[in-house]
Amino acid sequence: MKRRDFLGASVAAFALPGVALSQTGAQVSGYRKLLILVELKGGNDSLNTVVPYADSVYYALRPRLALARDQVLQLDQGTGLHPALKPLMPLWDAGELAIVQGLGYANPNLSHFRSIEIWETASASEQYLSEGWLARCFAATPPPAGFAADGVAVGGNDMGPLAGNAARVLALNDPAQFQRQARLANPSGGAPRNAALAHILKIESDVLAAAGHLAAGAQFRSEFPRGPFGNAVRTAAQLAVNQAGVAAIRISLGGFDTHRNQAGTHARLLGELAEGIAALKGALVEAGRWDSTLILSYSEFGRRPRENDTSGTDHGTAAAHFVAGGKVRGGLHGEAPRLASLEGGNLAYAIDFKRLYATALERWWGVDSTRALGGRHTPLELFRA
Amino acid sequence: MGSGEARHLLGRTGFDAPLERIDQYARLSRREAVERELHSVRQAPGAPPPAWVNDWQPPARVRLMSGEERLQYQRQLVARGLELKGWWLDEMRGTDSPLTERMTLFWHNHFTSSLRKVRSPVLMYRQNLLLRRHALGNFGELLHAASKNAAMLVYLDGAANRRGQPNENFAREVMELFTLGEGHYTEQDVKEAARAFTGWSIEPETGEFRYRPMLHDSGEKTVFGRSGELDGDKVLDLLLARPETSRFIAAKLWREFVSNAPASEGERADLERISHSLRDSGYSIRATLRELLLSDAFWATQNRGVLVKSPADLVVGTLRQFRIEYSESLPFVLVMGQLGQDLLAPPNVKGWPGGEAWISSRTLLARRQFVDRLMRVEEARTQDWLKPFDGRQEVLRAVLLAMPPSNPMPAVEGMEMVRAFIADPVYQLK
Repeated sequence: MKRRDFLGASVAAFALPGVALSQTGAQVSGYRKLLILVELKGGNDSLNTVVPYADSVYYALRPRLALARDQVLQLDQGTGLHPALKPLMPLWDAGELAIVQGLGYANPNLSHFRSIEIWETASASEQYLSEGWLARCFAATPPPAGFAADGVAVGGNDMGPLAGNAARVLALNDPAQFQRQARLANPSGGAPRNAALAHILKIESDVLAAAGHLAAGAQFRSEFPRGPFGNAVRTAAQLAVNQAGVAAIRISLGGFDTHRNQAGTHARLLGELAEGIAALKGALVEAGRWDSTLILSYSEFGRRPRENDTSGTDHGTAAAHFVAGGKVRGGLHGEAPRLASLEGGNLAYAIDFKRLYATALERWWGVDSTRALGGRHTPLELFRA
Repeated sequence: MGSGEARHLLGRTGFDAPLERIDQYARLSRREAVERELHSVRQAPGAPPPAWVNDWQPPARVRLMSGEERLQYQRQLVARGLELKGWWLDEMRGTDSPLTERMTLFWHNHFTSSLRKVRSPVLMYRQNLLLRRHALGNFGELLHAASKNAAMLVYLDGAANRRGQPNENFAREVMELFTLGEGHYTEQDVKEAARAFTGWSIEPETGEFRYRPMLHDSGEKTVFGRSGELDGDKVLDLLLARPETSRFIAAKLWREFVSNAPASEGERADLERISHSLRDSGYSIRATLRELLLSDAFWATQNRGVLVKSPADLVVGTLRQFRIEYSESLPFVLVMGQLGQDLLAPPNVKGWPGGEAWISSRTLLARRQFVDRLMRVEEARTQDWLKPFDGRQEVLRAVLLAMPPSNPMPAVEGMEMVRAFIADPVYQLK
């Protein structure tokens, strides 16, 4: 059996005293199902990612940047993918890739900082929250105490949706480095005298709790792309097969703020994204975890439909995002961009992004989403029966 | 004022609190000590600059380079960038006025530009000089100078902003991040202000600011309800005239020196006074800092040890505290980057968020590892450093930590005592 071969071949030992990795077909419930968030930092140009190649307005708005009809990877009679996303086509063909179009929110903010804050804290446009939506979810409904951590932020400089002191979250670059350094954490007995000290003490206690549980590094037969995103994907895969679970992992790919000379940069980034996700699938399939993993992409905003004067695009609003996993119901969801009825030059949103989060919380993990999201948001039908 | 207060003042204005300085300042009143700090400020760096700082290459010359030459040139830029970061770290390590460098770093995190986008160590050097020159000067002058600074024009696309093709990047950020703060302007204000800033450009031969009237949109504009043929300078003056600006800057200075927590009932009066001081003094940073450093909130015991040390505080502070000498600053520059503060390359125009954001499991472990390794290497020197303490644990504690340690002190002496203190969570705070 493939899984046993993998276990036999793997050199970096992680003990398996009776705790089975999830098997294809076996019931995995609640937080034992993994959520991997992929942040596209900078505001991904959705229109050139999920392309309305049959819409003449698209070509009128982007004389230089538009992708030609015969260049795109056609998904149906009106929508295609940027050619650099070719590595995702096997997932599409297997029905494991869903694309949710028109994700956004009311009164969109065009500032990077503010908009990513809105996405990460699941706040309304005029509301200022400090905790990430996942941190709030874990605070309301904690994952099992035996987990290495509730969530892990891989790479990057911030905790994003995991921000806040209420959940057990880790930031790390790779599990091996974490294990090596964890011996420096202090088992502290002191009571926190101020907020800064409380934060430090909490981080230390999270590190100590995780240190025993995070295996140094599973090996995979699948290959990972080179570069920081490939490394982050490898780390995510290692965390995914870790014996003591984690409920959520966040990885990031940066550089999407393409105000100038977009074409080459965007193609490169989408290629990295697609190769990374394909490699992640390969590793998870090897480990028997593909059916119990859900991958979601997100970004602070899409980009303006009309190209600018420097062969790029400026900050926009609604965008399409990817949903992938062994149990995902592939296909196009949401609404194709309505380029003929822009608002202030930007796309109106069709689906509140909080519905995507509600889908992960309620339909994937089976936890209540109202406290985490500050209200009721109807989940989307993104899973197979 | 006593050694506790002396230690607090030195730790917050500088990077460390040396024993001799604590003893000196302990005999002064708060006002005398604050005046001494403010008086010691420099307007120029003490360390000589790297040899190449006048080697500006006009873009035209770069374009004419052959493939091989260009490759060499790019490599040279990378090497020079690192050298420049090392030069600044050396300045922070060696300066007799750490407050100068703290304020230069503060303004670097306010009027942000990044080597990653600007790609010119020469321009970043000039910006660094500018920020230091005005560090405790006049904020109005600093705003004008920083806005026209070539590195800033590159970073926020000011040079690409021209009549008929406005680029709103700078107009938005000057309002959102440099003066008013979020929510105190409209999109229309941004659009109109962008038009006012057109024509601000860089002279390719020198890399200095140059105004190009042909590119300026001289038409009628309305910003904050004021109409006229507004130009960039006028808009900056309009921004300086708004009450939100002094409040925004005062709040930032508060978070740098006093506390990150929302001001308590009693503290709000202090914050108001500091903000008024900035406005009423015509934007004198020095006068404002004086007001801040003499405020009750700054000295309040509940505000000791409430700020997280930045990577600069931790790295430079530790190097200074233990008088560690080194021949190569590069390793420390790289460590600072790993801890989340890559000098001259803040992550985005909002700068380093600071505060608790400096500490995650990744950075906390890396911070511990840095200090741990440093102590191993410098053990011999530290033994010498310990001698004046004469075994007095409490004096050592007061020098190294901003407040009593979190963990109970084991019964140890000498180096073990030092190790125990710097491994304590409180060592990460100031």
